[in-house]
Amino acid sequence: MQAETFYYDNKIVRNFTVATIIWGVIGLLVGLWIALSLVYPEMNLASWLSFGRLRALHTNGAIFAFVGNAIFAGIYYSLQRLLKTRMASDLLSKVHFWGWQLIIVAAVITLPLGITSSKEYAELEWPIDIAIALVWVIFGVNMFWTILKRRERHLYVAIWFYIATFVTVAVLHIVNNLELPISAFKSYSIFAGVQDALVQWWYGHNAVAFFLTTPVLGLMYYFVPKAANRPVYSYRLSIIHFWALIFLYIWAGPHHLLYTSLPDWAQSLGTVFSIMLIFPSWGGMINGLLTLRGAWDKVRDSAILKFFVVAITAYGMSTLEGPLLSLKNFNAIAHYTDWIPAHVHIGTLGWNGFMIFGMIYYLMPKLYKTSLFSEKLANAHFWIATTGILFWALPMYVSGWTQSLMWKEFNPDGTLVYGNFLETVTQLIPLYFTRAIGGVLYITGMLIMVVNIVRTVSTGKLVAQEEASALPLSGTEYKKVKGEHWHRWIERKPVQLMLFSIVAILIGGIIEIVPTLMVKSNIPTISDVKPYTALELEGRDLYIREGCNACHSQMIRPFRSEVARYGEYSKAGEFVYDHPFLWGSKRTGPDLHRVGGKYPHSWHYNHMLDPTSMSPGSIMPTYEWLYTNDLNTEYTTTKLEAMVSLGVPYSADYIANADMHLMAQAEEIAEELESQLTDVEVGPKEEIVALIAYLQRLGIDIKGTPSKHTEATVAGNQTAEK
Amino acid sequence: MSAIYILITISFIVAIGFLIAFIWSIKNGQYDDDYSPSVRMLKDDTKPSQRSKQ
Repeated sequence: MQAETFYYDNKIVRNFTVATIIWGVIGLLVGLWIALSLVYPEMNLASWLSFGRLRALHTNGAIFAFVGNAIFAGIYYSLQRLLKTRMASDLLSKVHFWGWQLIIVAAVITLPLGITSSKEYAELEWPIDIAIALVWVIFGVNMFWTILKRRERHLYVAIWFYIATFVTVAVLHIVNNLELPISAFKSYSIFAGVQDALVQWWYGHNAVAFFLTTPVLGLMYYFVPKAANRPVYSYRLSIIHFWALIFLYIWAGPHHLLYTSLPDWAQSLGTVFSIMLIFPSWGGMINGLLTLRGAWDKVRDSAILKFFVVAITAYGMSTLEGPLLSLKNFNAIAHYTDWIPAHVHIGTLGWNGFMIFGMIYYLMPKLYKTSLFSEKLANAHFWIATTGILFWALPMYVSGWTQSLMWKEFNPDGTLVYGNFLETVTQLIPLYFTRAIGGVLYITGMLIMVVNIVRTVSTGKLVAQEEASALPLSGTEYKKVKGEHWHRWIERKPVQLMLFSIVAILIGGIIEIVPTLMVKSNIPTISDVKPYTALELEGRDLYIREGCNACHSQMIRPFRSEVARYGEYSKAGEFVYDHPFLWGSKRTGPDLHRVGGKYPHSWHYNHMLDPTSMSPGSIMPTYEWLYTNDLNTEYTTTKLEAMVSLGVPYSADYIANADMHLMAQAEEIAEELESQLTDVEVGPKEEIVALIAYLQRLGIDIKGTPSKHTEATVAGNQTAEK
Repeated sequence: MSAIYILITISFIVAIGFLIAFIWSIKNGQYDDDYSPSVRMLKDDTKPSQRSKQ
């Protein structure tokens, strides 16, 4: 048989690698900016530079732009070589590359403008979500087509990780972004409250699992053996690692919602699977590290291997810590605190970042047929970045524990020692500063890498088409007879036939069951809980726009310390009209679920204009633009109608007169503000009025004394309900 | 808690998809040899034009 000559497409790999470096630097600089703005709140210079908006830009940039481009670079490089074929379609590769960059640019524009769905790591609004789905499918088609064209029958374990990534991310992305569009830049999640929270964290956890873990494990199984020139420690273990990880990961999501209003059995399910995940995760870590058995002398000399060793170690540490944090007793302490960002950044800075840096140092000289400009600079990058991770994580661990202990400390008389939440914040500022130093070190390392790579590239020339040759696949191993109908083959395989049938049934079942469940789920379980008024709903959308949920939770857990501080713990039935849910995941500021009625309107008015005027030492940004912008009521009716179609019982009468109701409530608040404040003129159309209306509504429904504005939302519905 | 039934169903579908892939991979002989693939992946850097020189 004649060997076939073909060419690897190196240009696409180079492009994705360059994009990784550029977006990586930008994404991490945004991270540094927001880290510093917690120390110097005056850095919240403008609406588009405020913490709540930039935080989403940082997380999306780091995950989808930095790690995203890196995994595509690694996949396009390794897939071609493992399958001994060129990528199936140059056109699809190009569309994938430019499509992905356009999506990132769209994110860079929309997120600082406050165009967000509020769901963590899925903040981008619906038109961009659709673009992501399309580009993702293009990537998948290109990958599977390449697999079909392969000259190597065996699919190396890395490819299995890539396949799992593609399939699962597609499903997660689509389900979590099911939303009802209001306008080109606004949509509401079709799920509400507890349901929405569950879907979000099923997604959120698996975004970590299938975007930051499985593809990077695939890269580990390719680049670590390559860089060490040693076969992976145990190929058999890698197979077990893969399948065990895939089957366990998808069930672990509910561990993000321990002690919330989620039913207990679902919480326990998440915990059990999270604990089981230790085994495949550590199997993978051991397999990665032991690949270097007998090659540790190479680690001493090679910066690439040093990066890989620390990356795999960080993977092992965070996959032990993760399951531990999924235990209720750990979670009670860690949730909402800085412990969580510490845990996350061991994974992102250590595992993802260091795998990517090692890969870049390995790839770029190969693509340019040259050697690395300076091994010394690469080693400097390694040591500076490693120190950076320590400076980042250690203060945040201390911060997390300090915070949690202060929140929970009681005086002998049963009152909270730190009754003023602000005391627990100011205590942490030196630690936030140290964390920012860690960020500076880590980014310094990256800039050293940029210099090193630029110099490396200038000494070589891109080998855009790399020549290779391999024997074609012979068709003899296929048991299928040529020309036979595909169904004949499946009929001879009862197991497959059964499995395909089950899938078919499940898909049918889902289509039938989902609509029924959707309707049923919207029946309120607490009769006092009523929909938001038009003004409150608009205020809620401002809360979403400003990313308030980045620092404030709306979920009081059933602990003595939380009930004493915030009030009655949160009930599932209180969130039935919350599209999307806004529970948050972090308390840089206090919980707001029962903030309604706690302060006069004037307190909020002054506080949002200058937080330090009400809370000296506060690190909250100012929101001056809320006082000059007029509330956009163009879509109010559309929003209410959308809510009705999602099952929120606004009466037809209320929707017809929505503008009148909105103005009536706004004028009442504006008048009250003017009577409480001296020398201040408050226009009822100012955005701040809507936000105050929303905040004052939070958590008061269960007290059972609805205002006339609240009553109006469902007025005229009584006959319909019966 | 309807959302959880939706999620469990979808998760099951994904899991069953992987189960099918798993069964396929075993029947296809993907794992008949669980050593040599780890070594073969190391050997793809030789370009045909350079091979004659060795």
